[in-house]
Amino acid sequence: MADISIKGVAKRFGDYQALSDINLNIADQEFMVLLGASGCGKTTLLRIIAGLETQTEGEVWIGDTRVDHLPPKDRGIAMVFQNYAVFPHMTVFENIGFGLRMKKLPDAEVTRRVTRTAELMHIEQLLKRYSGELSGGQRQRVAVARALAMEPDVILMDEPLSNLDALLRLEMRAELKGVLSESNTTAIYVTHDQVEAMSLADRISVMHQGRIVQAASPVEVYRNPAERFVAGFIGNPPMNFIPATPAGPGKWAVAGHTFDGPSRDTPIDFAIRPEDLTPSDTGIQITAKVVEPLGPHLLVTCEAEGGLFRAVLESDLTVRPGETLTLAPTLDRIRWFDPETEKALG
Amino acid sequence: MTTQATHPPKDARKAGRVVYVASVVLLCAWVLVPLYFLLINTLSSPETVNSFPKSFVPEFDLGSLTFFANFAGMISALKNSVLVAGLTMVMSILIGAPAGYALSRFDFRGKELFRLLILLTRAFPLPLLALPLAVMFIRTGLDDTVFGLALVHTTLALPFAVLITFSLFSGIPVELEEAAWTLGCTRLSAFRKVVLPLILPGITASAIFAFVISWNEVFASAVLTIENRTLTAFLLQNLDTSPLHLKFAGGFILVIPALIFIFAVRKYLFAMWGIANR
Repeated sequence: MADISIKGVAKRFGDYQALSDINLNIADQEFMVLLGASGCGKTTLLRIIAGLETQTEGEVWIGDTRVDHLPPKDRGIAMVFQNYAVFPHMTVFENIGFGLRMKKLPDAEVTRRVTRTAELMHIEQLLKRYSGELSGGQRQRVAVARALAMEPDVILMDEPLSNLDALLRLEMRAELKGVLSESNTTAIYVTHDQVEAMSLADRISVMHQGRIVQAASPVEVYRNPAERFVAGFIGNPPMNFIPATPAGPGKWAVAGHTFDGPSRDTPIDFAIRPEDLTPSDTGIQITAKVVEPLGPHLLVTCEAEGGLFRAVLESDLTVRPGETLTLAPTLDRIRWFDPETEKALG
Repeated sequence: MTTQATHPPKDARKAGRVVYVASVVLLCAWVLVPLYFLLINTLSSPETVNSFPKSFVPEFDLGSLTFFANFAGMISALKNSVLVAGLTMVMSILIGAPAGYALSRFDFRGKELFRLLILLTRAFPLPLLALPLAVMFIRTGLDDTVFGLALVHTTLALPFAVLITFSLFSGIPVELEEAAWTLGCTRLSAFRKVVLPLILPGITASAIFAFVISWNEVFASAVLTIENRTLTAFLLQNLDTSPLHLKFAGGFILVIPALIFIFAVRKYLFAMWGIANR
């Protein structure tokens, strides 16, 4: 069992608070993605779990062991680095077998495991090569194979695909997902790419300014963002926000239409995903500003109170800039946010 | 019209090219002509060396070199030079490499100041330190010993050893070490299995450079040794009394190892000074 439990972890670099009060439980064999913009602390958190960085406060548990003061080698982890970190003075075989040799496994076992993981990552024909003779994608495969060969309890990945070109990234993403789900290890994966996060994760932890804003399944994070930050960060184009004006108890007026909403006295923001809007006879009234045909969809950008408002519409519609549209939101997809705390209202 | 317009820059470019080539030739001559004279005079018989006019082709006579080898004290001076340089090489790496590693891998208070201070050790003129150093060496019994002189040479070579190894270690991504840690290494075994094999060529270069610094050093050697002179100090001592062909042969023997070594490690010296090797 290798569930991971992070309790009250904080990290300061001098005066800079990189992480504050991180609490996170990751189940055995779960694929957890830490998602956030650069500088949000996701890599720092991963490095604390790996033991490459020491937390200022808090505890890290892997299984039943408290690991936060153990060196990386005693934590039962393996890590894949962003720049691969394939040892240049060793062949691919020696790279993959490095950790096994450190464990002093017998030669036959080393050969067996290296061959098996190399086959798994489709690099068995490269075993005699040196890192300098490999392409970026091949190096990436070696790095993953090296981590898998350790048969770790937990595999940690720090933006492993970000140095690959777009096509290769797509291919490796699918492959990684397959390989990791078969390997029965718990995985923590750091990325800033929301598509990568959505496609790989069992659960996503969205991080912002050194704290975890929301930890939930990809669909949940997308449909029910806990904070305005999540709503804006996930989804492309991001979620739309319009300040609502009170129109009676539990009634809110938004751009010429009245919706049922939470009953409260303080101001409130109306939120809807761009694809949850359809042209209709009744609905919010909004003026198109830019119309972008994207092939499968028509992206219409409008100017609304409180900023830009985007709608993803059927591509066979004709919309001209300056035209006023009446758009009906899918009612059960409407979300309400508190503009003060920026948190979702239930 | 356009062809006319391009003419003046073409001429200017040609003139610039001429100046460039001339400068290169001049600079090369500056370095190579003395070396060439050294070579032909060393490989000529003592009679030719002392006669006039000079020939511009060496006659490949080993008379001067044989004379040099048989000159009293010369071989032991050569041995001393090798010993002192060897000791300097070992000590400057043993002390310099850990400092270089620390500078490249750790952030600590006063790091920049430390780097500056390392360079400042070179700002002290050795003549200024020579007298107090000599007195201190005599008191501690280090005067006129190979080890004592190697200590002084180590001080001279150390800044370079630190700076070269610093740039070497900085060139090794820290992730390689971290990967080794996650794969079961301690700090020490990760260094031994991953970092050391990668920087060994650079460390060798740095060691050779320390060797050359000691090999070429003359002032401290002349002041701090009497009986156990190094080759440079020995030649200096005999400069006014020895015949011309001995000077040439001695100079040649001094220059050759330095030249070969510096040529061998030029890539790392460029790295130290932050110039890409092209």
